[in-house]
Amino acid sequence: MDVTKDAPRADGAPGEDEAPLLAVDGLSVEFRVRGQDVRAVNGLSYTLAEGETVAILGESGSGKSVAAQAVMGILDTPPARITGGSVRLRGEELLGLPERRRREYRGERISMIFQDALSALNPVFTVGDQLGEMFQVHRGMRRKAARAKAVELMERVRIPSPEQRLGDHPHQFSGGMRQRIMIAMAVALEPDVLIADEPTTALDVTVQAQIMRLLADMRDELRTGLILITHDLGVVAGVADRIVVMYAGSVAEHAPARELYARPAHPYTKGLLASVPRLDRRGADLVPIKGAPPNPAALPPGCPFHPRCPRAEAVCAVERPPLTPVAPGHAAACHFAEEVHGAAAAG
Amino acid sequence: MWRYVLRRLLQAVPVFIGTTLLIYALVFALPGDPIQALAGDKPVPENVLNTLRDRYNLNDPLLVQYGKYMWGLFQGDLGENYDGQKVSEMLGGRWGVTAQLALTAWAFELVLGIALGVWAGLRRGRVADTLVLGGTTLLIAVPVFVLGYTAQIVFGLNLKWFPSAGADDGWPLSYLLPGMVLGSLGLSYVARLTRTSLAENLRADYVRTAHAKGLGRARVVGRHALRNSLIPVVTYLGVDFGSLMGGAIVTEGIFNLPGIGQQVFQSIQLKEGPVVVGAVTLLVLIFLLVNLVVDLLYGWLDPRIRYE
Amino acid sequence: MMKSNDTGAPEPGGLEALDPSGPAAGPAAAGAGAPGAQAAAVAEAGGVIGAASLWNDAWRELRRRWVFWGSVAVLAVVAVMALLPGLFTDRDVNQGCDPNVSKLGPSGDHWFGTDLAGCDYYAHVVHGARPTLLIGVAVTLFAFLIAVVFGLLSGYYGGVLDAVVARLTDVFFGLPFVLGATVILVAFPSHGVGAMTLVLVLLGWTTMIRITRAQVLSVRDADYVQAARLLGASDLRIMARHILPNAIAPVVVVATLNIGNVIAGEATLDFLGVGLQYPEVSWGLQLNLAQSYFVDHPHLLVFPAVFLSLTVLSFLMLGDAVRDALDPKLR
Repeated sequence: MDVTKDAPRADGAPGEDEAPLLAVDGLSVEFRVRGQDVRAVNGLSYTLAEGETVAILGESGSGKSVAAQAVMGILDTPPARITGGSVRLRGEELLGLPERRRREYRGERISMIFQDALSALNPVFTVGDQLGEMFQVHRGMRRKAARAKAVELMERVRIPSPEQRLGDHPHQFSGGMRQRIMIAMAVALEPDVLIADEPTTALDVTVQAQIMRLLADMRDELRTGLILITHDLGVVAGVADRIVVMYAGSVAEHAPARELYARPAHPYTKGLLASVPRLDRRGADLVPIKGAPPNPAALPPGCPFHPRCPRAEAVCAVERPPLTPVAPGHAAACHFAEEVHGAAAAG
Repeated sequence: MWRYVLRRLLQAVPVFIGTTLLIYALVFALPGDPIQALAGDKPVPENVLNTLRDRYNLNDPLLVQYGKYMWGLFQGDLGENYDGQKVSEMLGGRWGVTAQLALTAWAFELVLGIALGVWAGLRRGRVADTLVLGGTTLLIAVPVFVLGYTAQIVFGLNLKWFPSAGADDGWPLSYLLPGMVLGSLGLSYVARLTRTSLAENLRADYVRTAHAKGLGRARVVGRHALRNSLIPVVTYLGVDFGSLMGGAIVTEGIFNLPGIGQQVFQSIQLKEGPVVVGAVTLLVLIFLLVNLVVDLLYGWLDPRIRYE
Repeated sequence: MMKSNDTGAPEPGGLEALDPSGPAAGPAAAGAGAPGAQAAAVAEAGGVIGAASLWNDAWRELRRRWVFWGSVAVLAVVAVMALLPGLFTDRDVNQGCDPNVSKLGPSGDHWFGTDLAGCDYYAHVVHGARPTLLIGVAVTLFAFLIAVVFGLLSGYYGGVLDAVVARLTDVFFGLPFVLGATVILVAFPSHGVGAMTLVLVLLGWTTMIRITRAQVLSVRDADYVQAARLLGASDLRIMARHILPNAIAPVVVVATLNIGNVIAGEATLDFLGVGLQYPEVSWGLQLNLAQSYFVDHPHLLVFPAVFLSLTVLSFLMLGDAVRDALDPKLR
């Protein structure tokens, strides 16, 4: 079932004639686990413009990382399989491209930052080699020239005394510095799209802010589109222009960031907002969402959120709600989206 | 790095001493007359017995005996056999043969072992993988002397692909078949280790990063995954070189190669104790030395170890 | 087989240093019922149920594998052969030997032919199973016991004991198996099955103790062990009920593989002439006695070699199968 395919998209409002930087439409990914097909991503759609930040928000297992890897073209196939949808970069369809072409685009036009830089960087090569490799492979540079470029990059991400640190190995850096190296690697070739998968989750809170600032600066300097994948509403708040909330592989709600915070239209989003401390709601009780995220191999019938939903009614267990627009650029997959949206405005 | 080297060197010293002392103690501190015991049932003339008792300082306390023996050993003096021949001379010309054989076996392990391991690791769970796993299990299960005689009869005597025994054809021809037999066990371990290690590393986060960087599959596998996968393999290969020198006893005996192992093999059958002890002590020293080198190499291969 | 590069320096301060929650959490657990009950639940779940379900799962997995049943079948035959050789042959080892019919090929009268002295080779092969299997199992059993007891104690208590055990392990590990055994056995000429076992145990305990110790170290600070400690369980009880059941699986796997390796090693020593001596009977010794005649009389090589290899292979495949069943990740 592909409920979101024809639903309104989270549009960055590009003109009809001009293709958006990145357009993901109805993307579905399945995994084959013990002979059973498990749908990890179910009809995800969004667009991204230059210099824009779209946050994809969801709990672990919501399919947000899988979706990002599908866009990157680095899913392990098998067990994963893209079963539908399209990913277009400036109008060019990526999903059908031969692997050779896809590979040329990776790092060059779309690049990715991973959560745990310590395991995401190769432990046996120096950071200089790993940064320089981008230029050696994509630009055919000699090792020496590539190393000079690596120094430039390290300066760019504000790593102190880069010449001396070029020959160091990843484990010799602090967590924050390692993540800067990941970022440097990702922006090396000035890509059009930058995907950051939980870029700050493994870091201390104080370092988190610095890394987010750096990411935002890189986005502005290079005019890249930034896709920020996170489970943390706090991380999203300052940087995201628009937010896509995913639940159990599907879009639960998408909206401009301010709008989503002010007037959520899906009970899940509302629950998320109520469960984190906010400066503007000081003194209010924090309310956790009851229950646990569903097992993707055994999703409940109807709306996947209904067993945990305070607003659920009989229809929710039977019929899967389509994405319903509630305001310009704002839609939610809930049978009572209008009502929730209205209530949030009143409250 | 230097701290690492120093620490490894210091750690190696007690093991060196302990292991050689162990051999010495086991042979010379056992109840009964060790000289007669070393000679087995062979009658040894009284004057030879006395010379040997004197030579091995058997009237001194054990630690002093050991100290004197090791001191002699470091000066290249391994004592004398019952017939008065110097053990160091009996072994002297044989090191080259053993080294050539061990190197042949080692090269075989290295090249074929890693190749098979990579092949299986990249095709995990498929036919190639099952073949490599099954074949190596079989090679591990068949004792090396059974394999040796079988190979000698089939490939040497019946098919005549290789000389069946002796070193007359020189390197490499005379050493190929024994080398393969000697290396078969190590080859199996190398292949299995490479396979598991590679398969594990292919799932590592940094391999995903390498894909995300837009590197080709050859570079992702060959440079990023393989370099990490080979760390334990190289360690094993290093340690195994020491065992190959020692393991050559059986192979050299079967293929009649005039190396150290064959001398030990013959001396065991002739009950020439001093030769056996001397040769084995030296082989153990080589084994330990190679282990030490491998430990140091390990620090160079895996930068994370160096800075512990 | 691998040489471990860190045999573990002694941790200064031993257990206390690694157990920060101990003293602080103690009074709380004693005072309130709830944390205690929770700790008990955690301790039970981790220590006993966890280990039990591991073995149950492994058994369910094993039952479905033909490799497992194949190995078990071969080993069962060999075991019966070792226990009751009379079921397979009515001939005693050197009964009915006729020097006039030495080195005959297989025939209806002598299924596996005859040996150098004209004795029935089949009877020899059947009777050779007992010492071979006995040494393999006994050596592994003793080495396993040593490894578990000392590995557990040294991993759990750390300190001086651990340092001593670690260094001793290094020293014995430095002695290559064939070389070490050769030297000892040459110096120690009149030896039967008992002495062989002793020598092989002496050289064979190092790998298992290293694995046990590493396992104990990884389990020692798990939540359920902490919980059991909070509840005031004695060290002995913690080791026996909580650490051992969760640490032992890899050691069992290595022990199974080890039986095969010991059998192959023992046969090699027999073959070299430093192992069991005539008139004992074993497969390795049979091969030793006949080694000069293999070329012209291949049956002298083939029959003992096939039995020997098949037995070793079965132990190796059994060990592999058990490991796969216990740790699906490694498959």
